[in-house]
Amino acid sequence: MDVRLRIQRFNPEQDDGPHFEDYTIDAEPMDRLLDCLHKVKAYEDSSLAVRRSCGHGICGSDAVLINGVNALACKVLVKDVKQPITIEPIRGLPLIKDLVVDMDPFFQGYLEVKPWLIVDPVAKEPERERLQSQEERERFDDTTKCILCAACTTSCPIFWSDGGYVGPAAIVNAHRFIFDSRDEGARERLEILSSKNGAFKCRTAFNCTAACPRGIQVTKAIQEVKQAALFGSF
Amino acid sequence: MTTVEQVYQKHRPEAFEAKRKPSSFEVWSWFFMRISGVLLLFLVLIHLFIMHLVGSGVERVDFAFVARRWDSVGWKTFDWLMLFLALLHGTNGLRIVIDDYLRKPPLRTAVKALLYTLTVVLMIMGTAVIVTFDPTVGA
Repeated sequence: MDVRLRIQRFNPEQDDGPHFEDYTIDAEPMDRLLDCLHKVKAYEDSSLAVRRSCGHGICGSDAVLINGVNALACKVLVKDVKQPITIEPIRGLPLIKDLVVDMDPFFQGYLEVKPWLIVDPVAKEPERERLQSQEERERFDDTTKCILCAACTTSCPIFWSDGGYVGPAAIVNAHRFIFDSRDEGARERLEILSSKNGAFKCRTAFNCTAACPRGIQVTKAIQEVKQAALFGSF
Repeated sequence: MTTVEQVYQKHRPEAFEAKRKPSSFEVWSWFFMRISGVLLLFLVLIHLFIMHLVGSGVERVDFAFVARRWDSVGWKTFDWLMLFLALLHGTNGLRIVIDDYLRKPPLRTAVKALLYTLTVVLMIMGTAVIVTFDPTVGA
């Protein structure tokens, strides 16, 4: 079947600004949008810049705006979207070329919440594994699913208006450690998230929850982080 | 043993330069909004009921009505609490709206200064009216 695509193009060496171009390709209803982008690149215009790695919803490289909704191009099927299918880069990050954006500001926010295990630096290296009960693991199970695709952060209206906001993805990854019984850095992380542009910049628009391709309850996680900051419960 | 932190420090040193001022102001302002919102829901509904629905409604509100009402410390406290919470709830809400929508720092500061001045003036005026109210003036 014919599939009509409207793809936002931008070549920084030639164009003044981004513009849309229409393509009609042959694809099956069960094809993924990533397959369509590959077809455009292979048969229509090889200069199309697309970021993707695994193509199976795990690496988080190919988050794009599909008909106005953030999603992974490798997880959306042709039959599930209305034509013409509009594909734009994710919003709120500097545009590099076509569908590729500069992810540095996104990872800056991510690293600010110290997304690694923090343990007592005085203690010696452990002699055995750090044990945890199933209940303790369950507490933060939802936020371990994050693949850092930036679909949530770049769907957030607060992140669009103020890039200083750490963004939902950073808070989700802070949540993953704050509620981990093995981690000792909760206070440190909550102090960062209590400051200006931290978790309290969230206005519960719920765009992040709607955008997450992994189905993480992002807004819920953010609210839990706010509660932890207020009541010291973690 | 190399830790994750050391790997990041080596490859993304700029991420460790960002310094955030530690402050719990946003935490408490967020909490205040929740608490004042719940309290205002009751205060305002009671206020509306008394002023607009009971008897002939707002038509019967005159100086004598206010004088009778403010004879009681309880109603004075009720009205002042409503003034205090509504004013701060509204100001804090506008502060957040300004932070979200005004992007130029000088403009943002100017508008916020105006907002805070207005809040202080209204708070002083309202408090003065309630505290210095003299029911015998009209008599």
